[in-house]
Amino acid sequence: MTAFAERPARSTASLRHRLAERGIDSSLWLMVPALVFALALFVYPFSYGIGLTFQPSLATQEQWGGGVLANYVAFFRDPFVFDSIWITMRLALPAALFNVVASIPVAMVLRRKFRFKRLMTSVLVLPITLGTVLTAQGLLIFAGRQGWLNRFLLATGLVDQPVQLVNNYTGVMFSLIITGFPFAFLLVSSYLSGIDPSLDSAARTLGAGWWQRFRRITLPLLAPGLATTFILTFVLAFSVFPSARLVGDAMGSTRVMSLMAFRAFGEQNDYAMASTIALMMGVVELLVVAVVLAWRSLLYKGSTGGKG
Amino acid sequence: MSVTQSPAQGLTQDPPRARGAAGRPPGERSLAASPSTWFVWAGMAAFLVFLLGILVAVVVDSFGRSWFDTWLPAEWTAEWYASSWDRFDLTHVVGVTVGVALAVVVLSVLIGVPAAYLLARRSFPGKRLVNVLFLLPILMPPITFGIPLATVMYAFGLGRSVIAVILVNLVPSVPFVILTMTPFIEQINPAIESAARMCGAGMRQVFTRVLAPLLVPGILAASILVLVRTVGMFELTFLVSGPQSDTLVVAIYRAMTSAGGGEARQLVSAMAVMYTTTMLVMLVAALRFVNPTQLVAQVKEARDD
Repeated sequence: MTAFAERPARSTASLRHRLAERGIDSSLWLMVPALVFALALFVYPFSYGIGLTFQPSLATQEQWGGGVLANYVAFFRDPFVFDSIWITMRLALPAALFNVVASIPVAMVLRRKFRFKRLMTSVLVLPITLGTVLTAQGLLIFAGRQGWLNRFLLATGLVDQPVQLVNNYTGVMFSLIITGFPFAFLLVSSYLSGIDPSLDSAARTLGAGWWQRFRRITLPLLAPGLATTFILTFVLAFSVFPSARLVGDAMGSTRVMSLMAFRAFGEQNDYAMASTIALMMGVVELLVVAVVLAWRSLLYKGSTGGKG
Repeated sequence: MSVTQSPAQGLTQDPPRARGAAGRPPGERSLAASPSTWFVWAGMAAFLVFLLGILVAVVVDSFGRSWFDTWLPAEWTAEWYASSWDRFDLTHVVGVTVGVALAVVVLSVLIGVPAAYLLARRSFPGKRLVNVLFLLPILMPPITFGIPLATVMYAFGLGRSVIAVILVNLVPSVPFVILTMTPFIEQINPAIESAARMCGAGMRQVFTRVLAPLLVPGILAASILVLVRTVGMFELTFLVSGPQSDTLVVAIYRAMTSAGGGEARQLVSAMAVMYTTTMLVMLVAALRFVNPTQLVAQVKEARDD
């Protein structure tokens, strides 16, 4: 320690030694592959993409004006592109909210011990592996005009006509819930299991009913975790792409931002515009995430679990 | 330490009230019988019916011939499998899928585990920045960084190649390995490494002889999850792959959206069934090694730090 204090005066300790004291030594080489990877495949392409947004194609410049900012002008002025923000929000926000709210009771019920608990949990988690493409194919068959769902509704006399459940907003919503709910459930139940059950028991001893216990004990402890879950489910739902195309109405009510970005990229080969839409997607998403995070920072974050 | 253990404890420890009628305080209704619980069970049942309906519908469709206006197809056949295998050249597609997935798993473990080790054990200047850097690819929508990344790939002439598919899939996989492995490494007692070093082991020996065996379960879990994610990854693969480098998901998507109303539905269903079976086998394998709730909790805690 004395050597450390006198270091500026006489540096008998080698440079290597002094660096090691600050946490820099040869073992940091272990980080190099990961850093190179992150810089080459994430930071560089991303900066390149941002640069690209300021190099609009001639066609965009002529149509929308604005010089180097033409892509942004086009993004905000072209209602076909700009409205996709609201279309995405109308899908992603309700879907994420539903998934989080619905997972709370399910997680609470499945928290108790009973037979087949592990099986039940596994079955609820399974759809994560299905992926959006298979879910889409299944929905098209199951909920299509000739599908079992419509046949059942007709047979029971609940409806007179086959209901249009796919190739519209409903279809995409179904798909978002089926793929998003298991994920939300997984997170919520892990937060829930972090809450000490004795708190609940203590409240019960003091005479609190189940609603009081939930409202005053569980929910406040769970709320930050719920916020995190909401963010992660929202991110999933926000970038919905295959299902919006396959079970949605790709040019109408489910014309989400990722579809617009892909249209510019794959069909129009306008990489600059595609990067602009992709970037704006990130910005919009981060705005929502920031709002939720700001709200989350107001919540209780104590030592007991569920805090996320 | 407590962070990684608490979820598991919470699952196994049971709140006293759940231990049956005898353990309930007097005058308390059993939770299992309350209407709200039944409501929850009903909701879950509806979800499962939907899920099962979707799965079974695809399977039935893939085995049926002329299924139009009836509950079940008029005739059964297995020939859709053979014809979809030929029609979409699935030997090649499956080969690409397996190859890409394995390459991504191996590379992301090789890149991710050493970094996770450093993040778990050391503090060094810029550690927070590095953490954020590894978090971003998971938090951002894949399309957001996928499109610039794909543009760069095409600019380098890598577009539509298998290499490009592997590279783009590494972007979310490496951070995922790091996030899963960091808490796992944290819970290994550092005294074990110190003891090995005292006994004269070098950095490499500590890694190969001491840490690697301890890390095997974690690496296995992370590998399986990366495998499942990569096989299921649609957006990123789709942006850079071409006919010769499509993975199975992308091939299904292309078959569903190909010009002229898409391929025969049953062909797509057969392909989708093959895909799901593979995924299910992998997931069941994964669940044998990891408790999903515990893993997510670990990932989550690592994110917050």
